[in-house]
Amino acid sequence: MLVYLIRRIGQSILVVAVMATLVFLSIYAIGNPVDILASQDADQQELDAITRRLGLDRPMYEQFGIFVWNALQGDLGRSFVYAKPAVDVILERFPATMELAFVALVFSIVIGVPLGVIAGLKPDSFVGRSIMSTSILGFSLPNFWIGLMFILLFAVQLRWLPASGRGPVTEVLGMPLTFVTWEGLRHLILPAVTLALYKASLVIRIAQAGTRDVMLQDYIRFARAKGLSHRRIVFVHVLKNMMIPVVTVLGLELGSMIAFAVVTESVFAYPGMGKLLIDSISRLDRPVIVAYLMMTVVIFVIINLVVDLLYAAIDPRVRLSEPKG
Amino acid sequence: MKKGFRPLVLAAVPLTMMAVSQAGAADLTIGLAAEPTSMDPHFHNLAPNNAMRQHIFESLTEADENQLTQPSLALSWQPTGDTTWEFKIREGVTFSDGTPFSATDVIYSICRIPRVEGSPSSFTSFIRDIVEIDVPDESTIVFTTSAPSPLLPTNLASVAILSAAAFGGENVEFGAEGCENAGTYPASADFADPAVAVGTGPYKLVNYNPGDRITLTRNESYWGGEVEWDNVILRPIPNTGARVAALLAGDVDVVETPPIQDFDRIRSSGFEIEQGLSNRVIYLHTNSGEAVPPGVSGTDGRNPFADVRVREAVSKAIDRNAIVERVMGGVAVAAGDLLPYPLFGTREDAEPDAFDADRARELLAEAGFPDGFEVTLFTPNDRYINDERVAQAVAQMLARIGIRTSVDSMTASTFFSRRGQGDYGFWLAGWGAASGEMANPLLALTATRDTDAGTGLTNLQQYSNPELDALIAEARRTVDDDARRALLQRAGKMAMDDYATIPLHFEVTPWAFKSSLSLTPRVDQYTLAMGVSAAN
Amino acid sequence: MSENAVLENAVSENAVPENKISETAAAPPPPPPVEDKGESLLRRHIANYFESVSATIGLVVLVTIVAAAFLSPWIAPQNPYDLAAISIMDNMLKPGEQLDSGLVAVLGTDEQGRDMVSAILYGLRVSLIVGASSVLIAAIIGASAGVLAAYAGGRIESFVMRIVDLQLSFPAILVALILLAVFGRGVDKVILALVIVQWAYYARTVRGSALVEKRREYIEAGRCLALPNSRLVFRHLLPNCLPPLIVVATVQIANAIALESTLSFLGVGVPVTEPSLGMLIANGYRYLLSGNYWISTFPGVALVIVIVAINLVGDRLRDVLNPRLSR
Repeated sequence: MLVYLIRRIGQSILVVAVMATLVFLSIYAIGNPVDILASQDADQQELDAITRRLGLDRPMYEQFGIFVWNALQGDLGRSFVYAKPAVDVILERFPATMELAFVALVFSIVIGVPLGVIAGLKPDSFVGRSIMSTSILGFSLPNFWIGLMFILLFAVQLRWLPASGRGPVTEVLGMPLTFVTWEGLRHLILPAVTLALYKASLVIRIAQAGTRDVMLQDYIRFARAKGLSHRRIVFVHVLKNMMIPVVTVLGLELGSMIAFAVVTESVFAYPGMGKLLIDSISRLDRPVIVAYLMMTVVIFVIINLVVDLLYAAIDPRVRLSEPKG
Repeated sequence: MKKGFRPLVLAAVPLTMMAVSQAGAADLTIGLAAEPTSMDPHFHNLAPNNAMRQHIFESLTEADENQLTQPSLALSWQPTGDTTWEFKIREGVTFSDGTPFSATDVIYSICRIPRVEGSPSSFTSFIRDIVEIDVPDESTIVFTTSAPSPLLPTNLASVAILSAAAFGGENVEFGAEGCENAGTYPASADFADPAVAVGTGPYKLVNYNPGDRITLTRNESYWGGEVEWDNVILRPIPNTGARVAALLAGDVDVVETPPIQDFDRIRSSGFEIEQGLSNRVIYLHTNSGEAVPPGVSGTDGRNPFADVRVREAVSKAIDRNAIVERVMGGVAVAAGDLLPYPLFGTREDAEPDAFDADRARELLAEAGFPDGFEVTLFTPNDRYINDERVAQAVAQMLARIGIRTSVDSMTASTFFSRRGQGDYGFWLAGWGAASGEMANPLLALTATRDTDAGTGLTNLQQYSNPELDALIAEARRTVDDDARRALLQRAGKMAMDDYATIPLHFEVTPWAFKSSLSLTPRVDQYTLAMGVSAAN
Repeated sequence: MSENAVLENAVSENAVPENKISETAAAPPPPPPVEDKGESLLRRHIANYFESVSATIGLVVLVTIVAAAFLSPWIAPQNPYDLAAISIMDNMLKPGEQLDSGLVAVLGTDEQGRDMVSAILYGLRVSLIVGASSVLIAAIIGASAGVLAAYAGGRIESFVMRIVDLQLSFPAILVALILLAVFGRGVDKVILALVIVQWAYYARTVRGSALVEKRREYIEAGRCLALPNSRLVFRHLLPNCLPPLIVVATVQIANAIALESTLSFLGVGVPVTEPSLGMLIANGYRYLLSGNYWISTFPGVALVIVIVAINLVGDRLRDVLNPRLSR
């Protein structure tokens, strides 16, 4: 286990290093931030001064060296636009995105697991088939279009829910959250459901397949033969065994949800990290873009690592023979 | 001009005087379209920052709603020679922390401007002309400039005055290469602290919560009389839908730039909309150099835009009224000049070029392009109101006279970078004249490009007209207002007759607000609490 | 791991990420090589496919849509890319209103005055071309890399698979967003970005099946006959890895189309003058709150029908080509 752990961590660090290089180089290929930041009346003297102040007059390898050196010390640069650490700028938006992602995650489990188990227990029934067909819709529909249609239906036509933005913020355990108030929750429902639909469909599929697989296993037959009740079989054996893939995939999906929040936040004008990324790209605030991507890489790597380790803990076969792929 | 716009009032009352005393306590919440990037008034020369700082910090002069220069911390000014200006400063003014305002504060503020750490766009260009500052007596400041500088009073409206005493600057002495006794200049981030953000303005900073709100409260010791609002809350709500929703829900009292398509909904919900002409012109530039510019083809190796007849054909092919009506929803004014009348140096008779597709085709044929040619029109897609849509409409109209136009749109950052590299032959952009007078757009858009001399900085189309250059240069040297106005009017006519820039329309800025309020639209598009008052 | 990778896993037989357990946990009983059965197997597959009503409908709808999209220059009422043919004076017409030219805009017009029916047909074509060509190129690159990795083994294999892992550790949407911010707009650039974010799935899928195939007798036999490596790989190994590849590729076309539309919605996709379905939806977004629903809604419906149809087909292909589930 220890060897496995060390090797996985080593791999993760390598991934972060490679991504840092790629991200830095590609971001520096986009435009010249001075063109955006400077006022339109700025003369050459002023443009040169800005270039110097932002450190953009140095050759690229030097800028990269400075970036790496600072990054190793946990400093991902200062935002050109806000003149404060890029990490701080992002962290200001972090709670909003995490709240959205977690609420969406909860929605996807609440919707996905029961439907998936039902479909898995009776795969050939009308209900089972309907659930599975609907789940195809769930991940066929482009996320942003679902969001638009929700706005059209619930905000414009029915006027039940707000079309965009984030609700009033309440401090809970030091975190600025909104779902604790009704008004905050109202703002959260549409974006979270939009973000959750895809995952919910995924959970339905996994849960259905898992349930089917488990129901065909010998030990379920034994359990049946032993006279265990149907309910007990479902709740104990099926759920337990099915949760392995569900946990794995949802763990991985948390990262992907944060990434996909870019789209959802754009549709609902939700003030999270994803919206910040889109804004920063259009303002060429390079340090914020780089910091965002680096933070995402790290989050992803950590999630992958944790899921792998959890998985190794649940299923001993994994840690005995690490996959070569 | 369309009806429905508030006429630009020439005899403007200084804004500070408009904050008439009003009985009863009241708060005002404003929904901003863009968030200021800092509370430091010297950090970033950016419209949201410049609008924000006027609540807290003042300048020697100020621009009124028509961008005419008015007294503020200075009472009066006059040129005392070709390169000297004498300013009389207002007495009895105190900063919100109680320290008195003096000439030292002016010197200190001018000293700090070029030395702001990490400033992405500084205010240096407004003060670069100044080589010497003298204080002959307590109420007089004499500025000496390196060359005749008729715009110095206008420029000083952009220089926010900080309190020297608050930062340990005493008896500061000006030097163009660095000031003495200035102490350590404060960092920009420090201004988030209300104890640091100390100015002479009508409001004081209470709390700066980035991404959420900026809270201001009345400055009880304000020199300009009683301030109308007890508290002012500025809330950045960049998404237009969310901003309108916040207004309709009563969360905010005033919003900037509500989208045109929501006007009916806003009016029918019992809110008011006020529209004001802006100083921003949306224009087309045509690379008129010798070589065939990028994006142009089918011309047998000639650059069509080098021929003024082709430029005229382009202008005449465009139905500006259709753009205004169909693309801008009526919220814009067709343009025939670089700045709207009656801003300084504009002509009353500057009419937009009339739409005449037949004449445009004739002109093309006369210029030797009877079958037209192919061109790519470059445009930003997130910089100006409906920029990309306007470009597509222009492309449609040019296609009808045989100029087969495709549109290449991109985000503003890419657009401006590529424009700087000379990647375009034909593009759409906008220009807001920060100084509110004609020398600014003429110099930037039509004067021959010379980065060292600071002329034609946005004239990236290789347009060069020595006659026009001479007129502009003369105007920039002329301190006498009447003479300068006449020169600018001549230069403006010359530029338009030569299609040195093809103006499309002037943007119009809308505001929506509660019907219990009234709002004074500003040409510079700023939203100021000082311009909002309870109706009647 | 990204969106698409997970989807692919979810619809693949294992229902858990392949790279996590497929090689460590009990490997599924290997499917019989395709070559063995030849013609009759194909015919059986086809017959098998049409047993499902929904899959049959999906296929019919898909074929109809593809035909309509590629015949759009002949059947569309208007050429929405010809700027001289559209007029700004016709913009924002409601469904059923008449254009200046006398044409009735059945689904209304957009803010540039384009007839929505025509715009949707042409937009479909852009979306389908982007989706199909990016998948095709990515599948070729990915499959080659995957087979190479499996066949060569050793350092080459671990190098290729490291790159694949690295690629998959990043969400497709973010990678594509950054790539297009760097590249700029254009159909070719979108295809390139989609190829870059997709190839790794195929590499992994193909490597997985190639590893199984590699150990089979016919490859051993080929080796014994001293057949050249290239012949072994391309004539024998690759064809036998095709069935899972086809299933993944079909579903991926739908994903690529959805991704393209999302990118266009975010403003980094295809050019404005040649709108894809995603771009049309994005254009209508700003008019949604004011009740001008048709600009966003109809292209979206078209998009959804295409994607659902492709998924129905892909789903059925998976069942048909996977003997374990079709018992």
